[in-house]
Amino acid sequence: MTETLRMTTPIIAAEAISKSYSKGAHKVPVLQGAGLRAMRGEFVSVIGQSGSGKSTLLHVMGLLDSPDVGEVLLQGERIDDLNQRARDQLRNQVFGFIFQFYHLLPELSLLENVMMPLMIRYSLREYWRRRKEIRDSAMDMIQQVGLSHRTLHRPSELSGGEMQRGAIARALVARPEILLADEPTGNLDSTTGCEIMELLTSLNQNSQLTIIMVTHDESIAGQAHRIVRLAEGRIQTVSQEDAA
Amino acid sequence: MYRLLLCLRYLRTRYIALACIISVMLGVATMIVVNSVMAGFASEMRDRLHNFLADIVVESRSLDGIRDSKSQMDVVEKAVGSFVEAMTPIVEVPGMITFTDPFSGEVFTSPVEILGIDPVGKAKVGPLYDYLDSYNPVIERGQIVRQALRSRDVPLSWELTDSAAARRHTIQELNALSLRRGAREQDFSPPTFDLPGGSAAETPDAAPSPQPDDSSGPVDSASETGAGEAGASDAGASDAGASDAGASDAGGAATGVIGSAETREATSETAIATDEDPFGDQFGSSPVEIQRGPLPARVYLAEGLVSFQTADPETKGLRKIMMVEPGDDIILTTVKASRPPDVVKFAATVVDSFRSGMNEYDTSIVLMNLEELQKNRGMIVAGQDAITSIHIRLKNYDDATEVVARLKAAFPPGMVHVRTWEEKQGLLLAAVEVETAILNVLLFLIIAVAGFGILAIFFMIVVEKTRDIGILKSLGASSGGVMSIFLSYGLALGFVGSSAGVLIGLLFVRYINEIEDGLSWLTGRKVFDEKIYYFFEIPTQVSPWMVFLVALGATSIAVLASVLPARRASRLHPVRALRYE
Repeated sequence: MTETLRMTTPIIAAEAISKSYSKGAHKVPVLQGAGLRAMRGEFVSVIGQSGSGKSTLLHVMGLLDSPDVGEVLLQGERIDDLNQRARDQLRNQVFGFIFQFYHLLPELSLLENVMMPLMIRYSLREYWRRRKEIRDSAMDMIQQVGLSHRTLHRPSELSGGEMQRGAIARALVARPEILLADEPTGNLDSTTGCEIMELLTSLNQNSQLTIIMVTHDESIAGQAHRIVRLAEGRIQTVSQEDAA
Repeated sequence: MYRLLLCLRYLRTRYIALACIISVMLGVATMIVVNSVMAGFASEMRDRLHNFLADIVVESRSLDGIRDSKSQMDVVEKAVGSFVEAMTPIVEVPGMITFTDPFSGEVFTSPVEILGIDPVGKAKVGPLYDYLDSYNPVIERGQIVRQALRSRDVPLSWELTDSAAARRHTIQELNALSLRRGAREQDFSPPTFDLPGGSAAETPDAAPSPQPDDSSGPVDSASETGAGEAGASDAGASDAGASDAGASDAGGAATGVIGSAETREATSETAIATDEDPFGDQFGSSPVEIQRGPLPARVYLAEGLVSFQTADPETKGLRKIMMVEPGDDIILTTVKASRPPDVVKFAATVVDSFRSGMNEYDTSIVLMNLEELQKNRGMIVAGQDAITSIHIRLKNYDDATEVVARLKAAFPPGMVHVRTWEEKQGLLLAAVEVETAILNVLLFLIIAVAGFGILAIFFMIVVEKTRDIGILKSLGASSGGVMSIFLSYGLALGFVGSSAGVLIGLLFVRYINEIEDGLSWLTGRKVFDEKIYYFFEIPTQVSPWMVFLVALGATSIAVLASVLPARRASRLHPVRALRYE
């Protein structure tokens, strides 16, 4: 019974999300009742034109932004109306983010960047107690993304592909359940982009990681289990290329 | 944890932060230096004022003084005896000093404050030994150039040192020679003063010097002045010359100048003055001899009164030249304790010079033996001597207020002023305090300016770090966490800046005199002129509490200045921050 429930309840669901930004005097609607569900271990890609609202949808689902209307449910429980503290905690523990521009902190080494989510999670005292454990899991994560030789380098000394791998390591070091990827290959050449996609696919397959990826590239999107097409703030089509 | 890491990392990698640190540092350093110097200045000045004055001063309201020192001291003893460590009677009266500069032959007259003291008693209420030249070695550029002439085991007295006595003897013989020659040749008038004080110890002199004219005749007074008494024409003239020889110290030529100056001035008043001179009879009856021993009136002269600084051709440094030295005589003019006050003049032998370090005192005070001053001022009547003040030293200065209150009650109302030294010098002390307060306000404004610098620079850093803030928030950092990064960044800047400032400030204070010398050399002018500031070295006093407060103040200003930027950072919307280019 629990097994079926787990299978049928989406791990993350955005229900009828509307969101508009005010630009000057008039409001610009970005999302108009968009909804998206993802099951545990699913790899969903959201595709759409620039300005179709796909990034905003991702941000709303990842609690970086809050919807004007609609709800975000995590395993059936509403999370978008939680208080700031709980939202911060969820971002830290349940969601992992990767971005088009990698967004590593330039002052820190790769290792420190990867350790950052765990540093944020623990207080100074607890961090000190667990420093070895934290360091080990960060090293482990860096090894998984194949950057062991770069641990002490600054982001500026890494290539684009390496930075994105570093960002993935950082997003996953806290063992999140959902990875939200905003155009992860958008700034990379196709070869490197493919490598990143391979990494994501393998992570999805090996550790049952739920991935929601936003992209505008059809070929990249095609590597996901399912493609959701977003236009003018609404879901247009859902192509079911059924899970392998 | 991440806050600490990021804060430290930002500190190390943002060079713009260095500007904040430096501005805080400079502010703190300046404040420490200024406060230390002002505190040193104030405390040194207080010390010197205090030492010279003693703890409590009971002063008569009138220059005539209060009668009977003995019973007045008994009043004090009875009222507050248990608090009193020592007390001493003082006669304080304004006057004039006249002496001759041996180098130029000029006669100088300047206003002074004459203090009649009992040196042993005065030394018990204040550090008189430390001031007197003969009890202290002379130190120039860190080297002792002259040992102390007297050991501190020798009690204070009005006796000349052997060397001063010998010097005096030589000069007087020279004077006598020139006088005799002058009298024989009759080519100049014997220099004279009508100086009763000097005459008491005189012994008859047989040298005849005929003077046909009567001394009281105004026409002839150019050659024979006030000392000449009616009925003693020739002896009087010699007498006058001799007493002048006693009164003036600087050799024959200088004596002549004083004499003639006095002569010119004295023409009209001679007759009256001589008539009233209580010692006139002695002049008339006693033939004169060259006086060799010191006069009964003895003084310690403030060094600044009779010295000047001149460039030493050898060392290029300043050298102090004394115009009057122990063994020489000077003339004091003051008023009698009569009503209305009469002028009284007397010669006195200089026994020693003193320097209290308080420029005001060192250019105006003449310490004199109490009994002679009382005698000359006519303050001893029927065996009762009058004094103008009593200096009291307490066992514990904390009792001062109570002692003052009791003393005020003990004396008849309106008869005396009873004041602590602080009250007596209240204006000066208050001025220093106000100065310190104003300087502190101004300097704190400097640090406040540094605070605004931090504010601006932090806003810049927040803008620069906008995207990082977005990243941190996406990774789950709370607003409070982001805010605390920037707050602790401000704290760190303030702390580092304050520490550096404290260090630099303390070093500056430690080497301030060397720095002053360097500046003087660089600019070619004296930066810190002891004439203006009373001190020969820049006094400093570092109070740990002050340093702590300044550092704390600067650090909290840095933290306060970072509050606004930190709040702004914490309120950044993560999505907008991430999109920020």
